[in-house]
Amino acid sequence: MTTAAQVLAQFQATGVQTCFHDRHINPQIYADLNGTNWSLKDYEARGGYQALRQILGKDGGEGLTQDQVIATVKESGLRGRGGAGFPTGLKWSFMPRQFPGQKHLVCNSDEGEPGTCKDRDILMYNPHIVIEGMIIAAYAMGISLGYNYIHGEIFQVYERFEAALDEARAAGYLGDSIMGSTFSFQLHAHHGFGAYICGEETALLESLEGKKGQPRFKPPFPASFGLYGKPTTINNTETFAAVPWIIRNGGAAYLACGKPNNGGTKIFSVSGDVERPGNYEIPLGTPFSKLLELAGGVRTGRQLKAVIPGGSSSPVLPASVIMECTMDYDSIAKAGSMLGSGAVIVMDDSRCMVESLKRLSYFYMHESCGQCTPCREGTGWLWRLVDRIQRGDGRPADMDLLDNVASNIMGRTICALGDAAAMPVRAMLKHYRHEFDAMIRKPNPQAATSA
Amino acid sequence: MISEATKARFAREVAKYPADQKQSAVMACLAIVQQEQGHVSEASEAGIAEYLGMPQIAVHEVTTFYNMYNQHPVGKYKLAVCTNLPCQLRGGNEALHHLEKKLGIHMGETTADGMFTLQQCECLGACADAPAMLVSDRHMCSFMDNDKLDQLVDGLRAAEGQQ
Repeated sequence: MTTAAQVLAQFQATGVQTCFHDRHINPQIYADLNGTNWSLKDYEARGGYQALRQILGKDGGEGLTQDQVIATVKESGLRGRGGAGFPTGLKWSFMPRQFPGQKHLVCNSDEGEPGTCKDRDILMYNPHIVIEGMIIAAYAMGISLGYNYIHGEIFQVYERFEAALDEARAAGYLGDSIMGSTFSFQLHAHHGFGAYICGEETALLESLEGKKGQPRFKPPFPASFGLYGKPTTINNTETFAAVPWIIRNGGAAYLACGKPNNGGTKIFSVSGDVERPGNYEIPLGTPFSKLLELAGGVRTGRQLKAVIPGGSSSPVLPASVIMECTMDYDSIAKAGSMLGSGAVIVMDDSRCMVESLKRLSYFYMHESCGQCTPCREGTGWLWRLVDRIQRGDGRPADMDLLDNVASNIMGRTICALGDAAAMPVRAMLKHYRHEFDAMIRKPNPQAATSA
Repeated sequence: MISEATKARFAREVAKYPADQKQSAVMACLAIVQQEQGHVSEASEAGIAEYLGMPQIAVHEVTTFYNMYNQHPVGKYKLAVCTNLPCQLRGGNEALHHLEKKLGIHMGETTADGMFTLQQCECLGACADAPAMLVSDRHMCSFMDNDKLDQLVDGLRAAEGQQ
């Protein structure tokens, strides 16, 4: 007799397709993983926790000061992997280290940007690399309490991370007087329960405080008023995961992996119309064409039409533009989009852009938290307009109206969800206006005269 | 009423937060109640409010804000199929429609025997595994083509002694 749990277990992801393949290029975070070697012992065998030992001077050296750690991260050129691409070392230097009260460290693992599934594989198959990165960050900023906020839909990943935390505590890497030093750091896992908005850092903080996840006004920024009103630094999962390598190998070596101002490797989640969707860890600055090749190319028999390069909130780029780009913050920005979270959504020449935009617009309407009127009302307007165009009921004036609604959302909301809903609309109109026009019924000249 | 066993699970969550910030555990407590009872009732919200020392309305605000809390009873298995763009490009809608046909219900409905509730959902964060589906909040199912969907539904029915 097969139990329900056994039935469900048959369909659980194995990571083989998305993570344990040989199509990464010089991976640092995903290196040498196989799905069974996630535990502390295996992580140590791969060189894990050596960076922490080095900082604390446990391997014979003098150790590193807080300033030295931050300087190394600054030198590395590491930029936030969650979407904004803000320099990590600079963010860490904003933390008022001398603040006398409690300070907090938060990891944003609320991975819900459509297209993104990289942090899931890090936390599932290499959880200790995130824990070590967070411990190092806490040391550098003098923080003694941290939380990892994990996307509610990936409960098995949350349980894996909790198991890894138990291992790290038992080994003395977490808790009071870490490895006999004067440095203490407590770290816990917190799960969401289905709210895209909680990936926004101040909404995440509200959620962590046990409230609705509605974003806060900035300023004050979390560095001065964060979790429980205390100074807080928030970084993405992949950002923390990059830190141990940087400490072990030096900031200059990390920067050299990528290209100037775009240091290191980045994990790209490639989804949509490719032969081999999955996560690919490659140096920043790798040509898009190479990434597409790693992902098996566009589906057999089809041509590349368009790519959304950084998660659903980033503007779409036509094939001719993206094929000239390298995958790094600066190249994608120059092309008129954003590297974002590194979620590369590929669309082939069979795809209707009106239909694609309709689904995205529905998503933003559904996930608007309702706090700001331009977003709450505007996202509904966007969806209804695209929906009626797609159903064949569009009116000629709808094109201008779409653009008008989108521009009246942008810059008028507390958080970036409004912009995230509006930007895809404007980019779709810019590059694929003819597809929308073709779906809008032409006014009947006879009907016009008889009226 | 919240049982002592459930309170022990609550206590493990509360212990993660500073003593004066017990409210931070509300999402975890609600998820625990939902796992044990299938949905979050008003009585459960009242019990959690009392346990955490917060207003009941503040608990209700959390229940109603987050997508995954069931505000009403659902089937024994809640099937949430992602149809967001990355999944749409790889058969997410087809998976949803296949389940509608297989179960004889529309999305948002529950089968007459109370076994399955079918929902469309937003990004599960498993985009490269599309079509992706989440079963009863805690079990992610990947690469769910029609054959696998059939195996899953038939397998769960068999496990529940319906075949």
